[in-house]
Amino acid sequence: MPESKKNIPMEEVAGNGLLHRRVFLSQGAALISAGSFNLLTARPASAQTTVDIPPWMKVPGAGMSGYGSRAAHEDYIQRNPVSALGTTGSGGSRTPLQSLEGMITPSALHFERHHSGIPDINPDDHRLLIHGMVDRPLIFTMDALSRYPMVSRIHFIECSGNSRVGFNIEPALGSCGDLHGLVSCSEWTGVSLAILLEEAGIDPRAQWVLAEGADAAVMSRSVPVEKIMDDALLALYQNGERLRPDNGYPIRLLLPGYEGNISVKWLRRIKVTAEPTMTRDETSKYTDLRQDGKSLIFTFPMEVKSVITSPSPGLSMSGSGLYEISGLAWSGSGKIIAVEVSADGGRSWARAALSEPVLSKAMTRFRMAWRWNGGDAVIKSRAIDESGAIQPSRDQLLEEKGTKFNYHYNGIQSWRVASDGEVVNVYG
Amino acid sequence: MFMAKLPATIFVGFIFFILGSQWAFAQNGPNLGVLAASEEIVAWDISISPDGNGLPEGSGTAVGGKSIYMEKCLVCHGQEGSGLLNDRLAGGHGTLDGPAPIKTVGSYWPYATTIFDYVRRAMPYLQPQTLSNEEVYALTAYLLFLNGIIGEDEAMDAQTLPRVKMPNRDNFILAYPGEK
Ligand code: HEC
Repeated sequence: MPESKKNIPMEEVAGNGLLHRRVFLSQGAALISAGSFNLLTARPASAQTTVDIPPWMKVPGAGMSGYGSRAAHEDYIQRNPVSALGTTGSGGSRTPLQSLEGMITPSALHFERHHSGIPDINPDDHRLLIHGMVDRPLIFTMDALSRYPMVSRIHFIECSGNSRVGFNIEPALGSCGDLHGLVSCSEWTGVSLAILLEEAGIDPRAQWVLAEGADAAVMSRSVPVEKIMDDALLALYQNGERLRPDNGYPIRLLLPGYEGNISVKWLRRIKVTAEPTMTRDETSKYTDLRQDGKSLIFTFPMEVKSVITSPSPGLSMSGSGLYEISGLAWSGSGKIIAVEVSADGGRSWARAALSEPVLSKAMTRFRMAWRWNGGDAVIKSRAIDESGAIQPSRDQLLEEKGTKFNYHYNGIQSWRVASDGEVVNVYG
Repeated sequence: MFMAKLPATIFVGFIFFILGSQWAFAQNGPNLGVLAASEEIVAWDISISPDGNGLPEGSGTAVGGKSIYMEKCLVCHGQEGSGLLNDRLAGGHGTLDGPAPIKTVGSYWPYATTIFDYVRRAMPYLQPQTLSNEEVYALTAYLLFLNGIIGEDEAMDAQTLPRVKMPNRDNFILAYPGEK
């Protein structure tokens, strides 16, 4: 008998009401009607039922459209743009993780981090130059690039400044997206950069390339040739359509698993070099200051991490009963192999179910059944990746890396669920 | 891995044919890259490496840099680089190992060449790529002077700038490829 048909006991698998991860899968509707399956609400909805025929059934609906839009009722789900003083385009906007499900981030809600706004690029005039330590410096038009064989891959991009508020002495207020929304996941389609470097004839002594964007900051980063040859993609499409301007239209470099800033948007130039160029955005910024005053430079892969997106601040719980805890896990070092969830502040843990597909360097959705008794509870998740790395607690992370690191924060996130159903960020 | 010579007819119309260079083509793609002319490369290649490679002709001193700074940088970065709307550019020396580190061009940046590279490509924020090379040398000298790294009359140019040793230079540890 397949496991999904077996009768899964409703006993707790970890403290304070965590139930077996297959509860929802195996018993589905029967269980839900027997217990009370509660919904997390961002906005209180009227529970009133009516015998009247709803107005939308009494007239023909709207016509077709050339480019679709979401329901007006969902328009409140927004990124929250914040920019540096005196600028409109040096800053970021975060993905509202708490309002989304599944593993793919809608392109319109993919986080943004720009250093001088979004350039308005005419693709007919855009060129990619590959030069430096190559036999033949080459220029590619967008039309030319579109004729190369394409590959599609699902990968997350996470800004290395994501979750930085975790370094704060007091827990920051805000939604899950406010705290952790500088991460998103898309299907990216494009051309393998290795093919173009092969065409240009790369000098075997070359160790690095400089990748440069066509924005007003001409943002540039040095990338190891090793990474380029391994899995670098020139992304032309995101989730099936051409990249959006805020994600690098018409070309972005995609370096799976690496800190987001290095996946240079609006890519215009690749210069093959022997040594790193030591640009401003890999020295002044995106370097990790240790407690002793020394700094780590070129800390590329994003560490293993997870966060519970529901329940989370702003999604209040409406009374005791059965809930699904849902969240996201990811790692720059490969696949997520397990996510453990605790509902008793970390005293006991149980394995969550991972939603398929579980892909390397992609977001993985995890789920856990929880019978909330209506009391005060602290819930948290910790992820483990295929390299064996385990997401550390905040204390472990700060102990190991110090408090001045400023980037690559991957400590465990704890949410306190109060008896009135409100959820807030807490430490420990 | 590479295919042998391709018929020269494909390149009719291209004036660049480097004698003695081996025409080799990638197997996996349609080979649609067009050979870049050296003028094009020179115009596009604005990056400067720590050894000074890429630095243009010209020179400037802090004295000259100060007046450009007062006109074009002050509103956002404050008097003598003390920070205003945007990043503080001077001071903070000796704070990195303490509880409240202040990272500035002077206290934190490992290479002086990065100042030239960055200011030329990205500043002033609202009019990037409008400064002349002379102006960028002068502004670079001014920022170094404000941080006590060079003297007020010391000229920065393609030879002197890469030789400036930044105070925090030896405090960076290569996480990739790892320390040797
Ligand atoms: C309108 C405001 C504005 C003006 C004017 C301006 N800057 Fe900036 N500057 C910025 C902003 C914003 C940033 C950060 C950009 C980013 O997000 O990457 C910055 C960053 C810098 C940095 C990097 C600081 C660091 O620690 O990484 C330097 C150096 C700098 N500017 C120099 C200059 C110079 C020199 C001028 C005058 C030629 C100038 N700026 C004029 C707004 C300005």
